[in-house]
Amino acid sequence: MIVVTCPVCGIKGDETDFHYGGQAHVRRPATTDPVNITDEEQRDYLFIRHNPKGLHFERWRCDRGCGKWFHAARDTVTLDFKAFYGITELPPVELQQQAKGPWADYFQSRAKAR
Amino acid sequence: MKSRYSVFSLARNAFSYHKDWERAWRSPSPKAEYDAVIVGAGGHGLATAYYLAKNHGMTNIAVVEKGWLGGGNTGRNTTIIRSNYLQDPSIAIYELSRSLYENLSQELNYNMMFSPRGLMMLCQTEHEFRAMKRTSHANRLAGLDCRMITPAEVKEIVPIVNDDPNCRYPILGAYYQPRGGTGRHDAVAWGYARGADAMGVDIIQNCEVTGIRREGDKVVGLDTTKGFIKTRKIGVVAAGHVSTIMDLAGVRMPIESMCLQALVSEPIKPLIDCVVMANTVHGYISQSDKGELVIGGGTDPYNNYSQRGSFTALEHTVTALVETFPVISRLRMLRQWGGIVDMTGDRSPILSKTDVQGLYVNCGWGTGGFKAIPGSGWVFADTMANDRPHPIAEPFSLKRFTEGRLIDESVAAAVAH
Repeated sequence: MIVVTCPVCGIKGDETDFHYGGQAHVRRPATTDPVNITDEEQRDYLFIRHNPKGLHFERWRCDRGCGKWFHAARDTVTLDFKAFYGITELPPVELQQQAKGPWADYFQSRAKAR
Repeated sequence: MKSRYSVFSLARNAFSYHKDWERAWRSPSPKAEYDAVIVGAGGHGLATAYYLAKNHGMTNIAVVEKGWLGGGNTGRNTTIIRSNYLQDPSIAIYELSRSLYENLSQELNYNMMFSPRGLMMLCQTEHEFRAMKRTSHANRLAGLDCRMITPAEVKEIVPIVNDDPNCRYPILGAYYQPRGGTGRHDAVAWGYARGADAMGVDIIQNCEVTGIRREGDKVVGLDTTKGFIKTRKIGVVAAGHVSTIMDLAGVRMPIESMCLQALVSEPIKPLIDCVVMANTVHGYISQSDKGELVIGGGTDPYNNYSQRGSFTALEHTVTALVETFPVISRLRMLRQWGGIVDMTGDRSPILSKTDVQGLYVNCGWGTGGFKAIPGSGWVFADTMANDRPHPIAEPFSLKRFTEGRLIDESVAAAVAH
């Protein structure tokens, strides 16, 4: 059993009280530039997923509490949650720095964009 | 040449108290260079190596494995063999596989205990009945031996099934594939390993891949914990860990790894001589030759590399089976374990070349890879040897995710994903 805490309403529960929403921070390219979107970008949006062994960032929904979506950082080997944060937020900076592989690339590109 | 296993070799070795059996495969150190290297010594990887050597004469090849051969999902599944998928490309590859299983023990001179005891998929809701009927029509059009059976026939084949018409999920009928069944999963890996090794394939265990070296768009070799291995062809067949290997080559995959559990009961007398899948309630069951009930269910819904599942998923599976087979309600469970399955968006596998020349990938078998081992190895070996997709592998290319040509089995595969 994994114990999830909703950062919105503060309720605590196991995985049956929440709904898993897959990888976090996926951007739909058609939202910003629907005209010039390529097949590859659409493929990446729909199917390509970060699948790290270790630190992962994902979406959860507080099914039996407030019903809101939120973000979580979790280790996919130990299943320990590292942080819960809001749906519009990026993870805490120290977790961004710990991220590896495609996640590290993603957070670097976000930092550059700012 | 290895000596053949037979009743005579068994008798001969009995005289030396079975202490002088030859090792089934060598434990070689890696050579500096191979014509091809397979990453992952599970069933699919070993079958690929076997058919590369046997069908394509490529014997200067190696299989590298992080742990021990057959220690991943090959040794963790519920050994079900069937081919009743909905889409034509799926039927083609799974039926090739099922038919190869029929003679595999003779071919490999290794008893993998293929037992075509029949496979039944219960229909417990009206819409499941219609979906299975559609599958059975698609299967019969493709030439598969299958039929829909009535609740009375279900009861005759599986007397322990709950036939109360007033229960929550009454049996309305079933899909029946009489040639489906089970096999000994470890023996499939061991048989392919022994066969490949006899033809000169090096199987290198305890050898983790730590890097894939590229020169431009070509692979030139891989770094491992046992040193650098030079090769122009790499076949990645790493199931749940495929993303971690492909990340090393800079190729992103449409895969998410999840944990699927199985469990076995204490051994009991013969109770059920058919594989029964109850997909509405999420559980499937068969009985091993030792008498244990082999039980499987659904995956945990979140990304997971832990190889142990949650009690939630376990309880869900057991609840479903107790509802369907009330007689097993007091049975104690002996062992439980998890395997890391590689799920694709359309729940169909990936057998493909990649944008990197010389890099091939065979993955995405998700919750149902065991049944596909011989066929997958056959077509993937052909794809690697000839550097073009085998006709049966072609629809399973990575390109389908760009082109939108999905092979949608996520609702059609008739299993609980």
